[in-house]
Amino acid sequence: MDNNAGHNRFVFTRDSLKKKFRLSEFLSEKIITGVAFLSIAIIVLIFFFVFRETLPIFHQKKEAAKVENVVKPEKYGSDANAGKTNSSGQEQYGVTTKDTMMIENKTPVEDTVVHGSDEATLKSLAGTQWLPVSDRPRYGLIPLFVGTLKITLIAMLFAAPIAILAALFSAAFAPYWLRELLKPAIELLAGFPSVVIGFFALMVMATFFQNIFGYDGRLNAFVGGVAMALAAIPIIFTITEDALTAIPHTYTEASLALGATRWQTALFVTLPAATPGIFAAILLGIGRVFGETMIALMATGNAALSSINPFESVRTLAATIGAEMAEVVFGDTHYSVLFLIGSMLFVFTFSLNALAEFYVKGKLVKRFQGKQS
Amino acid sequence: MKETKIKTRDLTLYYGAKMALNSISLDIPENEVTAFIGPSGCGKSTFLRTLNRMNDLIPTVRITGEVLVDTLNIYDKQIDVVNLRKKVGMVFQKSNPFTKSIFENVAYGPRINGINHKGQLGEIVENSLKKAFIWDEVKDRLHDSAMGLSGGQQQRMCIARTLAVEPEIILMDEPASALDPISTAKIEELIFELKKNYTIVIVTHNMQQAARVSDLTAFFYLGELIEYGKTKKIFTTPDKKHTEEYITGRFG
Repeated sequence: MDNNAGHNRFVFTRDSLKKKFRLSEFLSEKIITGVAFLSIAIIVLIFFFVFRETLPIFHQKKEAAKVENVVKPEKYGSDANAGKTNSSGQEQYGVTTKDTMMIENKTPVEDTVVHGSDEATLKSLAGTQWLPVSDRPRYGLIPLFVGTLKITLIAMLFAAPIAILAALFSAAFAPYWLRELLKPAIELLAGFPSVVIGFFALMVMATFFQNIFGYDGRLNAFVGGVAMALAAIPIIFTITEDALTAIPHTYTEASLALGATRWQTALFVTLPAATPGIFAAILLGIGRVFGETMIALMATGNAALSSINPFESVRTLAATIGAEMAEVVFGDTHYSVLFLIGSMLFVFTFSLNALAEFYVKGKLVKRFQGKQS
Repeated sequence: MKETKIKTRDLTLYYGAKMALNSISLDIPENEVTAFIGPSGCGKSTFLRTLNRMNDLIPTVRITGEVLVDTLNIYDKQIDVVNLRKKVGMVFQKSNPFTKSIFENVAYGPRINGINHKGQLGEIVENSLKKAFIWDEVKDRLHDSAMGLSGGQQQRMCIARTLAVEPEIILMDEPASALDPISTAKIEELIFELKKNYTIVIVTHNMQQAARVSDLTAFFYLGELIEYGKTKKIFTTPDKKHTEEYITGRFG
């Protein structure tokens, strides 16, 4: 061994100190850099695509005259009129050929009406009716927003206390072996397919809650919200648990040495010290609920009502995209509005995550530099 | 010799299967400063933490023998650990203020004991900070974060926080090891002042510090109590060769 080491010993000469080109090192570095930037680029491109598809609505407003030119090349089928008939065609079951003919004949007139309604569309964005497929389409986003907020609120009312208390138990009270079991078990739930949760909510929870509360609509915001809470709990739990265990052990010791009980320590020392982390956890949970589509589609009833009654059906922003995107006419106003919803969701979750990130960092920095009481 | 405050009898402690303290028996007198010295890992901190049952927090610890505080065995099943710790306070090696204001830090102890009256709390906080010689430095910024204090100030504030609970015994686990000489001097002065009213047990790595502040010194080595006696005697004419070698810096 010693002999061998002697043979391979690095000789320190001017020659051996010359800069060397290490091919494998160089390549792996470049590849990793490339992959990193590729993933960023893909996200930026998606972002860009979503926004580009949103633009036509705003474009139409400013230059209504040019709309046709913009829209026309994108239409499939023979001409613009055919496209129009298609878009409203869904509601015309049972219409006689004569009626259809009449509409066909009317189209020159209707065309201008539709133009008018495109501007009206923009105005109707702030309306309370979401009727994208009708003779006079209305794209009121308010019921969708109300629905989404309602669901988020209900989900958070359930998920946040449960997840935070569970995390507190796991971090401060559970014996070591239980904690080692509990944490991975709950974290595994984060990977639970949301369609399964939705299915469970649809088949089991809806009936269960209906038996308890006795409301009319079997699928409603409440059922959807509780189902969403199931999806959000693992996220909130994990991050809160990490935040709690990251609190230095010395705090706990200091509190216990002052004669505090374990509950007092957990409640007055550990929990407050972990507030930034818990806040971030809740924001991420909200982000999850906000963007959740499958559970919303399956368990909320999907009626765009803007009431505040938690036992009425709602339709969320994400579910609207999920349900309607497949059937919308490419390049239509409806299509653009769906993309508008998409960009709103994107912006919202993006700013939530950014808020979580910066709030936590700012708060922690302040705390440990002592600028805040 | 003054009255005995803490008495241990054949105290043996295991971390899992490893014996960390081997049958320690010693008497700690009231209103005096007792120092524990010895090389790292000799069990002196572990021993200190058995005196207010902080070792309970470590699940693998097993203890046999007795620790009597005021003739009561604190490892008796009837003893309430929470109340024990109100009587036996502790100051840690690394200052550990809560991320709250100075006032809230010191008021924490009285508060969890149910004192909520504002005037009363303010009085306790002021008195405690005065006893810890830090009142003049912080009186104008009681409601600023304790994190903004210097290391030495933080440590004295932690001592004030301990005093606010009105313990009878204060355990100090290397309270000055992370501080500069000036802060250390202040802490030592403080210890000297405090022993009039409290029984103080201090663990230290700093031989000069032990010599300066303590009345009695115990030398630990590998989980055993090698020698225990008046500080003067330990530092001038120790009975055991081992002790002499450690004190003169020939090993450890």
